[in-house]
Amino acid sequence: MSDVDYLAPTSADAAAKALAAGGAAARALAGGTDLLVQLKSGRLKGGLIVDLKHIPGAIGVREEDGAFVIGAATPGATIGEHAGLVRAWPGVVEATHLIGSTQVQGRASMAGNLCNASPAADSVPALIAARATCVIVGPSGRRTVAAEDIPVSPGRTSLKPGEFVLEIRLPARAARSADAYLRSIPRTEMDIAVVGAAVNLTLDSGGTIIEARVALGAVGPTVLIADDAAAAIIGSRLDAAALERLDAAARGACRPISDKRGTAEFRTKIAGVLARRAAAIAYGRARAKGEN
Amino acid sequence: MGARQHISANVNGDPVEFLAEPGTTLLDALRDELGLTGSKEGCGSGDCGACSVTLDGRLVCSCLVLAVEAQGRRITTIEGMADGGTLHPLQQKFLEHAALQCGFCTPGILVAAKALLDVNPDPTEVEARYWLAGNLCRCTGYDKVIRAVMDAAADLRQERV
Repeated sequence: MSDVDYLAPTSADAAAKALAAGGAAARALAGGTDLLVQLKSGRLKGGLIVDLKHIPGAIGVREEDGAFVIGAATPGATIGEHAGLVRAWPGVVEATHLIGSTQVQGRASMAGNLCNASPAADSVPALIAARATCVIVGPSGRRTVAAEDIPVSPGRTSLKPGEFVLEIRLPARAARSADAYLRSIPRTEMDIAVVGAAVNLTLDSGGTIIEARVALGAVGPTVLIADDAAAAIIGSRLDAAALERLDAAARGACRPISDKRGTAEFRTKIAGVLARRAAAIAYGRARAKGEN
Repeated sequence: MGARQHISANVNGDPVEFLAEPGTTLLDALRDELGLTGSKEGCGSGDCGACSVTLDGRLVCSCLVLAVEAQGRRITTIEGMADGGTLHPLQQKFLEHAALQCGFCTPGILVAAKALLDVNPDPTEVEARYWLAGNLCRCTGYDKVIRAVMDAAADLRQERV
């Protein structure tokens, strides 16, 4: 990495200006666990590195009227230490925690995971199921977009030159709401998802699902929102028939490739299984909240 | 392309100053500028943990930190673990349990294990194994490593009583 330059601006606007001036080879740096690997390997050409970590609010979690605002460079380890966030969004937190090792957790951020635009990114299905939004800063100001609108294909985002994600927002929760994320890997730790499934749901006082959202990772070029899978369990109490419908709808949403991590057929089958299991976990969590 | 930057940081309790090109990793600065060669480069991509250090108390791979990011930060490396000539209990237990063979991964594992015991003095074996999953050892098969960590944790708890 001999051909790079480094800036650490102390305001979001200065960072956007620097990124825009740096042109196509300018990169925003949060935790660096993807960026530095890609620069070292030569997959990314060197250029200007703009460190976001000195921008006020870029690191940390804050609660605003039940919503949570997570700074773009907040490391995974910090996210898991925020008790309120863990209570409200256990699925988002457990998904984030699956990214890499303890060492990687010390640096890697959810915003980086999102902007790296891997279809197998663990935190992204959970963020999308959670209806997370991102505040984007750029040379022409700020805009807010849904998390699912940032990755457009493997390794590519919808961010325009000079733009970067400043913060991720998780909406306020209705009562009896919970989420869960599961992934399949051939070992117990330190691997990339073969399939990931996130389920976010809300129950009424009788335990009937009144709202749901299902997102599937590593079964398409981007994380997929499985609306039919969500519809399959809304109105149910997640009985066996609803779980069967969910499984079939999740499989129906998949359009995976076959690669060294798994065949398309395997991924499709596992997506149904994980959707069912994640739904059961989210349902159990939501019920437990209702009893408190 | 980028000009060398002057960096002031604190390493193992001592103030240090060095010059770093923007693309230099913290690992290379520690080894080549400061002569602290205990941290190793195994993979250079954050997979093996041989370069583990703490940055403001947080365990990280120093191969995935830019040296210029260390400005004003507090870093601890394996060189800061022993107290003069007295080994840290983790180091002592690694010797007693023969928890190393070639030793290349050992500094990183010790730094990572100390970070674990600092936040969790009484880990289960499963917790220790997950915590250390990002520290690869191609010699020992990990069993002796885990035994040494658990034994050191027990000793450190005794010391606190």
